[in-house]
Amino acid sequence: MQDQEAVILQGHIIDSLILAKVLDRILMMGGTFDLQDVQIGKTREEPSRARIIVQASSAKLLSEILHAIQPHGASVESDRDCRLTAAPADGIFPDEFYATTHLSTQVRVRDQWVEVEGIEMDLGIRVDAVRQTAGTVPMGEVKQGDLIVTGREGVRVIPLQRPRDRDVFSFMESQVSSERPHGLVISDIAKRLVQLRTGFREGTVGSKVLLAGGPAIVHAGGREALTWLIEEEFIHVLFCGNALPAHDMEVDLYGTSLGYGHVAGRVVPHGHEHHLRTINRIRAIGSIEAAVRSGVIKTGIMAACIRRGAQVVMAGTIRDDGPLPGVITDSVAAQAAMRAAIPGVGLALLVASTLHAVATGNLLPATIPSVCVDINPAVPTKLADRGSFQAVGLVMDATSFLRELARELGWKP
Amino acid sequence: MSRLLVCPPDYFGIEYEINPWMRRSNAVNSEQAVRQWHHLMQVLEQDVGAVLERMKPVPGLPDLVFTANAGIVVGRQAVPSRFRYPERQREEAYVEDWFLGQGYEVVKLDPGCFFEGAGDLLGFPDTWFGGYRQRSEIRVFPTLSDWFHREIIPLELVDNRFYHLDTCLCPLSGGELLYFPPAFDRYGQEVLAERIAPSRRLVVSEAEALRFACNAVCVGKHIVLPAGCPETESLLTSRGYLPHPVPLDEFMKSGGSAKCLTLALD
Repeated sequence: MQDQEAVILQGHIIDSLILAKVLDRILMMGGTFDLQDVQIGKTREEPSRARIIVQASSAKLLSEILHAIQPHGASVESDRDCRLTAAPADGIFPDEFYATTHLSTQVRVRDQWVEVEGIEMDLGIRVDAVRQTAGTVPMGEVKQGDLIVTGREGVRVIPLQRPRDRDVFSFMESQVSSERPHGLVISDIAKRLVQLRTGFREGTVGSKVLLAGGPAIVHAGGREALTWLIEEEFIHVLFCGNALPAHDMEVDLYGTSLGYGHVAGRVVPHGHEHHLRTINRIRAIGSIEAAVRSGVIKTGIMAACIRRGAQVVMAGTIRDDGPLPGVITDSVAAQAAMRAAIPGVGLALLVASTLHAVATGNLLPATIPSVCVDINPAVPTKLADRGSFQAVGLVMDATSFLRELARELGWKP
Repeated sequence: MSRLLVCPPDYFGIEYEINPWMRRSNAVNSEQAVRQWHHLMQVLEQDVGAVLERMKPVPGLPDLVFTANAGIVVGRQAVPSRFRYPERQREEAYVEDWFLGQGYEVVKLDPGCFFEGAGDLLGFPDTWFGGYRQRSEIRVFPTLSDWFHREIIPLELVDNRFYHLDTCLCPLSGGELLYFPPAFDRYGQEVLAERIAPSRRLVVSEAEALRFACNAVCVGKHIVLPAGCPETESLLTSRGYLPHPVPLDEFMKSGGSAKCLTLALD
C-alpha cells in the first residue's frame, strides 16, 4: 500500500515556478502526487494555494520527499491526533466511537500516521498510544478502559487503488447481470488461482484462497469439482455451516444428499434420514478429522480439507440438525473464528450461500478481491454494492461455476 | 530623496563564522574599515544625494554595521528581521527598539520564522523578489505579501557564497536587473528570464560577482558598488547609469559590501 501525506503550498507559487519545482521534486525522487484544490490568485498580488497529496511506496521515501519539499514551502497540512476515549465497560464502546469501513484506514497517534491493523467494516479502532499501534476491535471484545478512537479527527481512509492487473478484477463491477459472459470471468479467476497457489507454495503472505459455500454445492453436483480444487491446493480456507459438511459426508456414506440419490438421480426410500444418520455417526466418532483419518469418510470436500490441512470454520445456525462436532454454535464465537482465519487470504470465493457470503463479505477488507456466485442476483448485488473495485458478481449456479473453474485448471471429470 | 539607515563600524570585526567568506583568522583592519565606511558615506551623501540616518553601534554586535539585514521598511511600517543564526539574533531587540524610537509601526513575524530583511527581499515597485534557502525561509513571503499587498516571487539561492539575495541580484531604478544567474537554480533563472526582457538583464561575470558587484546601492541614476568591478561599471555606464566604485574589501572579509551596509527607509 502507498503512504501519503497532504501538503499545502501557498504564496506566489505559479509564476515563481515553485509549484512546478515541488511537483518535479516529488517525481524525481520516485513519488507521485495528486494535485487537489488549486486556487489561483485573481490578481498579481493575490496568492495562490495548492493542496498536494504526496504518495510514496514506503514511509521512508515519503518522509524523504517531505523533507526535500518543505524548504520550498510545502507544509504538511496541520493534522491533529485522533481523539481517544476509554471504553466505559467491557463490551461497550464510548459514545461517538468511530465505526470502520472496509477500506484501509490510518489514525494519527502522537503526530504519526499509524496503519489500523485487521481492517473490517463496522468495528471500532483500539489504540495503544504507548506502542503507537492501532487495530480494529469488535464491540463485543472491547475491554473497559481500552482507548477507542472517537469522532473523525485524525482518522483517514485510504481510497482503494485501482488494481494493476488487467483482469476481471481491474474494473468496477457494481453491475451484476445474469447475462454476463461467464467464460472470461472464470478464466481470469483461474489465472489468479494459479498465481496464488504458486505464492502459497512459496510461503508468500496473502496467497490463501478462501471459499465460503452452502450445501447447494453438494446437492447440485459441484462436490467433485470442489474436492478436486481443495486436493490440488487451489483452496486453503473453507467457511461453511453444518449442512455442507453433513451432505458432503452423506454422499460418501449413503450416496445421497438430502436423500436424493447422486448416481440414481431420484429420491431413495428413507433417504431423508441419511443426513441425520451421517451426523449421528460423526458425533459418535467424535470429530470429522477422526472420521476421515479412521477411513470412515473416504471421499469428498471434508476429506480433502483434512488431508490437505485446509482450515475449516463451521458456523452453526438456528435450524441445524446435530450439529456436527466442530460446528461453532455461539455466533459471536463463530464470527471471531472466521475473523481469525482472514489474515493471509488473497482471494475469496463466495459460492451459493447468502448467509455465509454476506457474513464473509463483511469481514473482508476491500483490498481482497472477492467473487460472489449465486443463482439469486440479490446476493451478488448486495456484495458488489459494498463499493469495492474488486468484488465480482456472477449470477450462475454453483455447480456450473465450480466445474467450469476446475476444468479451466485441468480437472478431468 | 532617498533615506538610508547606516551604522558606523566601531565594533565591526570577524568574531564568528556564519558564511563562507568569514574567517576569524582573517582579521579586519579596523582603521581601514572605518576609513572605507566613511568614504562610502561621503559618496552616498555628497555624490548620490542620499540622506543618512545613523544608528548607534553596540559593542558585541559586530554585524550591526550591515543594516540591510535589520529588517524591511515599507512606508511607516517596519518588519524587524528574525535571524537564522543565534550570533545575529542578538541584533533583533536593538533594531526593534530603534524602529520604535523612530516612530515606525513595528510588525513582527512569528518567532522561529527566519527572515533577514532587505538582504533577502528587494525588487521593483510592483514586484518583489524573495531569496530563500540560505538564510530566509520561503514561508515568510506569503505573510509579507499579504501585509504589503505586493507580489513576492521566491527565488532559491543555491550557492552559499551568495547567501543573501542582495549579494547576487540588484534591481535598478530604470527597470533593469543586475544579477549573477548561477546563484539561482534553473527555476529561478527561468522566472527572471520570463519576467525581464533580455535587453534589461545585466549579467555580471563570476569574477565580479565574487567581488560582490551586485551588492550595489541604486539611487536614481547613481549606483554605488564595490571597487574592482570594471566590467560591471562599463555595463552600467552603457545603460546611462553613473557608477561610483568604493573600496570596501574590509567588509568583504565578512561577506558584505555597499548594499549590505545600507537599508532603504523610504
